Amino acid sequence: MGNEWVFNLYVFVLATFVGYQVISRVPPLLHTPLMSGTNAISGISLVASLLAAGSHHLISQILGFVAVTCATINVVGGFLITDRMLRMFRRKPDVPAAKLETGKRGTAS
Amino acid sequence: MNPHAPIQAVVPSPEAVATMSPTAIVLSLAYIVAAVLFILCLRGLSSPDGARRGLVLGEIGMLLAVVATLLHKDVVRYEWILAGLVLGSGIGVAISAWIPMTKMPERIAFSHAFGGLATALVGVAEYLREVDGLTYFKVGALGFETFLGFLTFTGSIMAYGKLQGVITGAPVTWKGQNFLNIGLFFGALMAIGLLVYDRSQQQVFFGIASTGLALGVMAVLPIGGADMPVVISLLNSYAGLAACATGFALNSQILIISGALDGSSGLLLSLLMSKAMNRSFANVLFGAFGTVSDPGQPAAGQAGKSYNEATVEDAAAVLMASQSVIFIPGYGMAVSQAQHAVRDLAASLERRGVDVKYAIHPVAGRMPGHMNVLLAEANVSYDKLFDLDNINDDFARTDAVIVVGANDVVNPAAKKDTSSPIYGMPVFNVEQSRSVIVLKRSMNPGFSGVENELFFQPNTMMVLGDAKKTLLSMISALKDGH
Repeated sequence: MGNEWVFNLYVFVLATFVGYQVISRVPPLLHTPLMSGTNAISGISLVASLLAAGSHHLISQILGFVAVTCATINVVGGFLITDRMLRMFRRKPDVPAAKLETGKRGTAS
Repeated sequence: MNPHAPIQAVVPSPEAVATMSPTAIVLSLAYIVAAVLFILCLRGLSSPDGARRGLVLGEIGMLLAVVATLLHKDVVRYEWILAGLVLGSGIGVAISAWIPMTKMPERIAFSHAFGGLATALVGVAEYLREVDGLTYFKVGALGFETFLGFLTFTGSIMAYGKLQGVITGAPVTWKGQNFLNIGLFFGALMAIGLLVYDRSQQQVFFGIASTGLALGVMAVLPIGGADMPVVISLLNSYAGLAACATGFALNSQILIISGALDGSSGLLLSLLMSKAMNRSFANVLFGAFGTVSDPGQPAAGQAGKSYNEATVEDAAAVLMASQSVIFIPGYGMAVSQAQHAVRDLAASLERRGVDVKYAIHPVAGRMPGHMNVLLAEANVSYDKLFDLDNINDDFARTDAVIVVGANDVVNPAAKKDTSSPIYGMPVFNVEQSRSVIVLKRSMNPGFSGVENELFFQPNTMMVLGDAKKTLLSMISALKDGH
């Protein structure tokens, strides 16, 4: 038993280190998608919720059901909204094509 | 096998691997692949071009982890699972597909609440199911999990309420508040210790849960709206730590890894946000911004000064004579949903040959990256969005700056007035540009209560009113000018 949590502590420390390194490379431009993306990934508590909802114990099943619902909201909603945001981040040509009619007067100043 | 034995969610101890069934080995490998995919997903976010591809990897990882768990031998009934998955997916799609981008901080706070609640309930379920079979270590981990989960839950609900305006955005403070919060925190730690000592004490366990719920409310109450970016990042971190604690309790490495990724992301963002305000963590959490200074003082200071109130036409005339323009958006742009109007004004300036850039402060808005998302939504090319460090030297060479609903991030007091509560915060060198056009609802200093000298400088024009309306009239004034 003692070994197990030392092992888990290793995993925790290394994962935190990797996370810190990877995330420090994310530009401020993408900080909101980063937040919603990690939120979707932390929906991994779905794994634990599934184990609770799928057990024999009744109270566990009920609490697990609510937990599965909440975690699924985060997983599905988190990935969906992150993708929606990332789709918007594009490099565009200098003069936006939209609303061209307002620009027909040319560049005289 | 003892039916009450704790669930070994993922990888059993190394010695036991030798005796694992082939399916169990495949499932363990699936979790390892999922963990790698999550890391690659986050790595994709290092540039906007590869980010969507990265996200797909994350989605595959999640699917893999969920399917592997459903095949786990301890999952014996599927009806509750199915119901939860269907209901959760429905709600998840509903709150993500149509929500406007201006509501993103609220949306993020809301989802942190769900994350916290899920981990907390798993903690309660595990505790109740296995009270007698728990090891000391697992009881401790469950205690932390439940405490952090409920803390994240109520804390995020409070943050949501403040952002939504249901609860006042101003800091709510009273005497002895910090003392009480610190007391609650150490009380919870002691209770976890007590529970490890005697795991059958259910009232102690529920005491820990209630303390988490109470502390979430108490800890967010004193924090003002302008500090929300730090709070949201911090709650992100707590949600991750709660998932980690679950991983320790269930001996599940995938939970530990994902939780650690989430936790370190939240921590890093909170540190960046605190740095961008030149304040320590402790100061954000316990400082209650703005209430420190006497609220009567700023108003008195302003009364004697005069400012240039300008019309839309005056501002348009300045813009017509400009060759380079920098926009500085702030929370006010989000409030009046002016991002599209900003883009339209920028587009009509660009058609006149004006060089247009956007200066984005790390703490502009209510969450990290808030302004970037709004401008991206309005179709602004991301190579025109500049960080503080990359644009601050350009102001001296700029003809006109348009401040759209930003305040503290353009306050020169942060650079020279040692008595100002925002002294030391890195701000834009706006005052160096030839002229400054400030779009603001009124001359009211807002709830941060900090006076902004920029508004009273001779080269500053104040155009008061709703930012969106003002921008739209500026666009037509530009058109009528020629």
